[in-house]
Amino acid sequence: MFELKDVTYKDILTIRSLHIPMGKITCFVGESGAGKSTLMKMLNIMISPDQGEIYYSGENVREIDPIHHRRRVIMLEQQPTIFEGTVRDNLNIGLVFSGKDEKPDKELLNALHLVSLQKELDEEAQTLSGGEKQRLALARVFLMDAEVYLLDEPTSALDKETEEKVMKNFFSIMKERKKTVVFISHSNELISTYGENKVTIVKHEVKDNG
Amino acid sequence: MDSVIRDIELWRLAAGYLFILLLIVFVKWRGLNREIRIVVSTARMTIQLVLVGYILTYIFKEPNPFLITFIVLFMLTFAIFNTYKQVGTKLSKKLKRIVALSMIVGSLVTLFYFNVVVIHFQPWYEPHYLIPIAGMIIGNSMTGITLGVKNLVDGMQKQKHLIEGALMLGATPEAATKSVVNSAFDSAILPTINNMVGMGIVFLPGMMTGQILAGIDPIIAIEYQIAILLGITGSVALTVMVFTTLGYKTFFNSKQQFKV
Repeated sequence: MFELKDVTYKDILTIRSLHIPMGKITCFVGESGAGKSTLMKMLNIMISPDQGEIYYSGENVREIDPIHHRRRVIMLEQQPTIFEGTVRDNLNIGLVFSGKDEKPDKELLNALHLVSLQKELDEEAQTLSGGEKQRLALARVFLMDAEVYLLDEPTSALDKETEEKVMKNFFSIMKERKKTVVFISHSNELISTYGENKVTIVKHEVKDNG
Repeated sequence: MDSVIRDIELWRLAAGYLFILLLIVFVKWRGLNREIRIVVSTARMTIQLVLVGYILTYIFKEPNPFLITFIVLFMLTFAIFNTYKQVGTKLSKKLKRIVALSMIVGSLVTLFYFNVVVIHFQPWYEPHYLIPIAGMIIGNSMTGITLGVKNLVDGMQKQKHLIEGALMLGATPEAATKSVVNSAFDSAILPTINNMVGMGIVFLPGMMTGQILAGIDPIIAIEYQIAILLGITGSVALTVMVFTTLGYKTFFNSKQQFKV
């Protein structure tokens, strides 16, 4: 799905060669500040490498319209982005941003159920706790029919039990839909249970792939 | 109508500075450290107005379209640079260009429209009309755009996380910055809109007061005042509309990446 060749970004990241397979769950592991989020942002074209090339489905991302690309390859930041308005508004906003139609309430509630969030759709999203906001943001990307899901520590604010439940649901549906998922996590359980492909980043350098 | 205005004798005008002295004594006593600023401001006001008085006397005597155009453009340039200074934060070159463009388009289009269609004076460069009207239009556009720029830059910095979060999901820069741009626009035009509410009740605007003091029929003074207030609102609105419509784009590069 993604091929990276001789990519460097400031003195934050160096990658000689990296392959991210299609339809698989890939995890980025490494210490804090190693460059995992930077790599993820490059895949989403939120930042561009100083040198080297990134290919997506054989196409050089330099040649792709970044907005079109971000609608296929969506990214979720570690600190959840919660917009003004209700839970419903926040669930639909991803679809609105990517130029798609809003979903009926039934599907929205289904997405909330998937992330174990028992909230009313009319509730103000800003009143939610940190962990609830994170799950709301995850439910939002779940509703978007993307090709690739880039998740930067999507469950860092959740307790182990909830994290396990939420991610199990998420990953199994993504596998069913044959989607590509890349995630960053500090949870060894999540990595060993779901990570089909592991990318290790040590001191700003991508070490191994496989 | 004959002008009934009295010339203020020089010593009486000088007596007007008594309150400035009082202010200086007060801030000195309170240890506010503002004496120099007050002296400089008062001196600047006096010198600038005396100079303008002489310049206007000269221009009114022999109206020259080139000279008058030059003066309007000088006012506009001063207003643009003053906006850069007033905003306080460092602005990108691109954003500065948008500020200049908005001021030029907003002020000149409204000035032209109000002079040709609404007030309709001839010749078009008649300095008794053109210069004070240009001053009011440009001055108010400057105040409006300064607020607009401040709020846009501030909003972009404060909402960085939300804007980037929206972009990551495939939002266009326009959609991602919509709330910041709207609130910058709102804050820039609100004072002008509110200003209209208090008109005539809370205060008599400067131009009207001046005309009434000069012995003009209050009804005529009001006609002019309404025209000018509409002109000011139009100019502020147009300037800020151009600014916000184009300004947000300067925060993104060609890869639609947010650069704050």
